[in-house]
Amino acid sequence: MTVSLAPSNAAASARPGAPGGAPNAAECEQFLVHEARLLDEGRFDEWLALFAADAWYWVPSEPNQVSPRDTVSLIYDDRRLLETRVRRLASPRIYSQEPRSRTSRIIANVTIEQAEGNACTVRSKFQLLEYRRETQRIFGGTCLHRLVRGSDGIRIAWKRVDLVNCDAPLEGLVVPF
Amino acid sequence: MVTRDEIRALIQPGRVHRRLYSDPDVFELELERIFGSAWIYVGHESQIRNPGDFLATRIGRKPLLLVRDAAGGIQLLHNQCAHRGSMVVASERGHTSEFRCCYHGWTYHLDGRLKAVPLQHGYPSHFDPRNPEFAMLRVPRVASYRGFVFGSLAADGPSLTDHLGYMTTSFDDMVDRAPDGELEAAGGVFKHSYKGNWKLYLENLCDAAHPLFVHQSSIDAAQQQSDDVHSDGSGEIAIRQMRQNGAPYSFWEANVGIWTYPNGHSFLGDYHDDAKLVAALNDPVFRDYIAAMEAKQGKEKTRKTLEVRRWNSNVYPNLSFMSQFQQLRVVHPVSVNETVVHTYSFRLRGAPARMFENTISFANIVNGTGSLVLTDDLEIYTRIGLGLSSAGSEWLEIGRGYAGDLPDDHGGRRGKNSTSEVYIRNMLDAWLGYMTGDAAGAASQATRASAMARA
Repeated sequence: MTVSLAPSNAAASARPGAPGGAPNAAECEQFLVHEARLLDEGRFDEWLALFAADAWYWVPSEPNQVSPRDTVSLIYDDRRLLETRVRRLASPRIYSQEPRSRTSRIIANVTIEQAEGNACTVRSKFQLLEYRRETQRIFGGTCLHRLVRGSDGIRIAWKRVDLVNCDAPLEGLVVPF
Repeated sequence: MVTRDEIRALIQPGRVHRRLYSDPDVFELELERIFGSAWIYVGHESQIRNPGDFLATRIGRKPLLLVRDAAGGIQLLHNQCAHRGSMVVASERGHTSEFRCCYHGWTYHLDGRLKAVPLQHGYPSHFDPRNPEFAMLRVPRVASYRGFVFGSLAADGPSLTDHLGYMTTSFDDMVDRAPDGELEAAGGVFKHSYKGNWKLYLENLCDAAHPLFVHQSSIDAAQQQSDDVHSDGSGEIAIRQMRQNGAPYSFWEANVGIWTYPNGHSFLGDYHDDAKLVAALNDPVFRDYIAAMEAKQGKEKTRKTLEVRRWNSNVYPNLSFMSQFQQLRVVHPVSVNETVVHTYSFRLRGAPARMFENTISFANIVNGTGSLVLTDDLEIYTRIGLGLSSAGSEWLEIGRGYAGDLPDDHGGRRGKNSTSEVYIRNMLDAWLGYMTGDAAGAASQATRASAMARA
């Protein structure tokens, strides 16, 4: 699977000499576990705050998809659309979340694929149970996070989620991975 | 067993019985009488460009292969071995010189004829591999309109162009928007599913009255979104689309129309326009696109092409496409309460590359499985499926706009305004025609204004 990705953004590039250098393995794992907890607990505003100002969030529709620009994606949000997505999640009129999903995530096999300056690319595996209206779904796959240490802590420059069943017929995906 | 008289009793002026959406026996009859005879979209010629290219497709629940044969012709074959019935090809698409069954090695030509049978001496004397019944059987009829390929499981019936009628103009609109006059299926496919009846999908696509309710969460979220936040362009397109869904009823009723045509077809038009949506006229990408169109086709033809403003064009029974935005959806019935929808995007050949990026951004928000918009539509289809499992109300209302429907200049009927449910009544007329085998007689039961007075 390719680590390099088509869209670029400023936060993703390393800035040598930033305080503290790239996040280390323990910090990365702690960060991912914290992120999973925010999502499980429906704290979506706090989840959004983990992302950099020009971040993107991507769930491809095909295995080994190279770009979100020339092929459709289950989700491809630039920062502006990600904000809109999170705001909608808080709406009392989001019928696809009435009743709300309950989720449980496990993050494992965390490895740092690449690190330089104050940034690193982290690969992890996840399994996610989603329960809603008498039905439980299970999702699993691989996440890539680009994590950047800045003056206000670690932020996500981009996040890519490859579902093992990304090209299967799926019912609506509303709660982020 | 459902008799033809029972079927006729399921549709009355301005209302329809819930059995159409919830009765497994009705569903099985639909597969036999509608999907077993109507022209069904099976793919686009650009997906099988070269001899040996094939694409897995289906009509109803039947697995088929769309193939470009050695002579360059288009074949539509049952994906089934003549020996023990095994599905021969398991991949979704590919390229091959022959088809070979993995069970006992029977091989077939690209046009479905049997090529070779191993261990032939072991078969009884009446076994003749030249018998045309020993083949991957061809679907009786296959035809294309401007690159869009349809198949019919019935040997006889109206031609494809007779079936499409005035809807050919919607296909023309889709293709004519390509500077080179050609489309290319590209950009992958969305497959979304819901637990509801297949008919609900098309019945929603021309429903101008639902966005303000169903999509309120995404409308509100988009309207409150600051435009100062970073976007690479894709989010901007999505947010513009969601805000557009929030147009007031006065806009829908004054600026949008609904047109319907014989055989169940319809389109919603005069809605979004190129100045407002995917690419605004002051967008440099769209200006480059117009320049490419004018260079290839001239100013006058370009103006005429781009002034056509159609939103969803629905081709009965299970196809819907958006000519302005190069989107196409195919609704596959799975069971009475289970549906899978495949959606495709098309590249306008000869247009600037960025135009296709805009198409992809649009696809993600309009057809995406994780879309902020579509997910609420899927919820509605599932809720209808749940609601109809109740033994409550027998009848569903489809009467909005009933008294105001008007004749159309091209042999159809149009709503007085876009919120008329005339397109649902029109689809159910076609349904009745297929289901009773009485296309001419029965087919006006739902829409006939003179029958408005009902007990």
